[in-house]
Amino acid sequence: MIRRLILALTVSLTALPVLAEPSRIVVAGGDLTEIVFALGAGERVVGVDQTSSFPAETAEIAQIGYVRRLSSEGVLSLAPDLVIAAHDAGPDVAMEQLEAAGVTIAKAPAATTAADISEKIRFVGAAIGAAEKAEDMAAAFTEDLAAVTAKTAQLPNKPRLMFILAIRNGAPLIGGSGTSADEMIRLAGGVNVAAEIDGYKPMSQEAILSAAPEVIVMMEQHATRMGGVEEVLSRPEIALTPAGQNARAVTMDGMLLLGFGPRTPAAVAELARALQPEAAKAAGL
Amino acid sequence: MEAALAHNAGWRLPLLGLMALMAGGLALAGLALGPVEIPPGRVIATLMGQGTPVETAIIWQIRLPRILLGVAVGTALALSGASLQGLLRNPLADPGLIGVTGGASLGAVAVIVLGGLVAGSLPAWLLPWLLPLAAFLGAGIVITFVFALARSAGETSVATLILAGVAVNAIAGAAIGAMVYISTDDQLRDLTFWTMGALGGSGWSLVAAASLLTFATAPVLFRQSRALDLFQLGERAAFHAGLDVEGVKRQIAIATALAVGAVTAAAGPIGFIGLVAPHLARLALGPRHVVLLPASVLLGICLVLAADLAVRLAVPPAEPPIGLATSLIGGPFFLWLLIRTRGRTHA
Repeated sequence: MIRRLILALTVSLTALPVLAEPSRIVVAGGDLTEIVFALGAGERVVGVDQTSSFPAETAEIAQIGYVRRLSSEGVLSLAPDLVIAAHDAGPDVAMEQLEAAGVTIAKAPAATTAADISEKIRFVGAAIGAAEKAEDMAAAFTEDLAAVTAKTAQLPNKPRLMFILAIRNGAPLIGGSGTSADEMIRLAGGVNVAAEIDGYKPMSQEAILSAAPEVIVMMEQHATRMGGVEEVLSRPEIALTPAGQNARAVTMDGMLLLGFGPRTPAAVAELARALQPEAAKAAGL
Repeated sequence: MEAALAHNAGWRLPLLGLMALMAGGLALAGLALGPVEIPPGRVIATLMGQGTPVETAIIWQIRLPRILLGVAVGTALALSGASLQGLLRNPLADPGLIGVTGGASLGAVAVIVLGGLVAGSLPAWLLPWLLPLAAFLGAGIVITFVFALARSAGETSVATLILAGVAVNAIAGAAIGAMVYISTDDQLRDLTFWTMGALGGSGWSLVAAASLLTFATAPVLFRQSRALDLFQLGERAAFHAGLDVEGVKRQIAIATALAVGAVTAAAGPIGFIGLVAPHLARLALGPRHVVLLPASVLLGICLVLAADLAVRLAVPPAEPPIGLATSLIGGPFFLWLLIRTRGRTHA
């Protein structure tokens, strides 16, 4: 009840001066949520989807569920005036129903490379009425990314990496070319041993052996779900690879590593440091 | 067959009336309750065309099509389930058993995974209809195939029908597995969610199409109640009683495929309604199909609408798939049924 009152109060207060800025924002997409918070509009966010786990404040915000399976009435119950949606948000019917109820929907462009992230930042800025701030942030982002990748390019070794997304039906699902994992591996100065496969695909045991990865990269959450990264390293097809024999694996937060959000330069640096600590330090990472 | 709660004829009409009231009440609840709180007075005003734009959108574009689809799904699944259980003289029969749902799922999954390959060469107006059309075609093809297989020398063998259904289910399952294998991560998630069903993912046009097909085929099935009673005596006895046995089988097959194909296309495969609703109805009102069929329909509608309300109100603003709710009701009930049947045969 009190929450409702406060809610009504904030709505009427922000509505008093005629603002073009949306005051109640729902975000469907973890990367977009990060951008909204980084632009300082976090307190205007009233709902986020499952992938929005950063910054920690998002845990306090209402959960609208899975980004491709949004409930139109659920979103409407948050009384948003703007929905910032990832390019693949859906279903289409829910989007149409939201528009019919007078909610503005801003569908963000898809980022296929890390450089596209600056576009997303500008897009979110324009949608929430912080275009100038977003312009600065996008410029800073591009600069950061260029600085980090310039350093990772100087690293002496190019470790051979394999990204394991999950283990589906007993076969590891490997990140091939065209995935954000592939891009991150490259940016961090590594070589993706599974570059000849396209997208996330299961890879046979023998193919993994012949790919001979030196380091396994995984999302922290998935590694824990499989009983820890040691469990993955001890699988027969991985135990016999250089990565398995030297017990070398890197785990990182999934949204940080693959989210293509504003933290991407930091993620690249973190991955590079985890791969070659000394050389990375020498390169100033 | 089941313990007689009310085989006394005097109870049947009031009980049917009670079920109708329950279904009506749930439909009204579905209109009035949701994550967005709209007081009953405003709901009525909105229905009269005096709502705010947001209220109008919620009632007319979101809740009404949902309820209509829920009624169609409950009707189609429960009526088909009751008819098939009677026709096949098998208490475990439901539209899933003879492969209709499997065929529909295969059609839908194929569109989710492979649709991108053909999408470019199709007119834009067709794209939103691609998935429901494929699901509908899948159901139609499977039931035609199964019945053709079970038919020899002018007679349809019920045993072959069930076995063919089981085999087709296995084949459809394998084909879906192959699709899952070649799917991308996004597609995998889409099809996982599709197979759990939802009433909320369809707009008016699809809901209207599914409801029309359901309500057009329902009278065909309702008309078979005496024939289904005769079937309980055995097919031969039914034939000697002057029944056009083959004609009844054909009509039920076609009507079932149309109705189940249509609602599965719109709402995804929703489990257990076709199995559970007829059993509940039989438990309450006895095995005579003239009351069993309408009672199954009413209970089917109640179950679907109740499950939909449950998922809508469980964890707003998010919404779990309705298949979870129906399976949570249906699964335990199915087990209970098994244990009961076992107890009886051992007694």
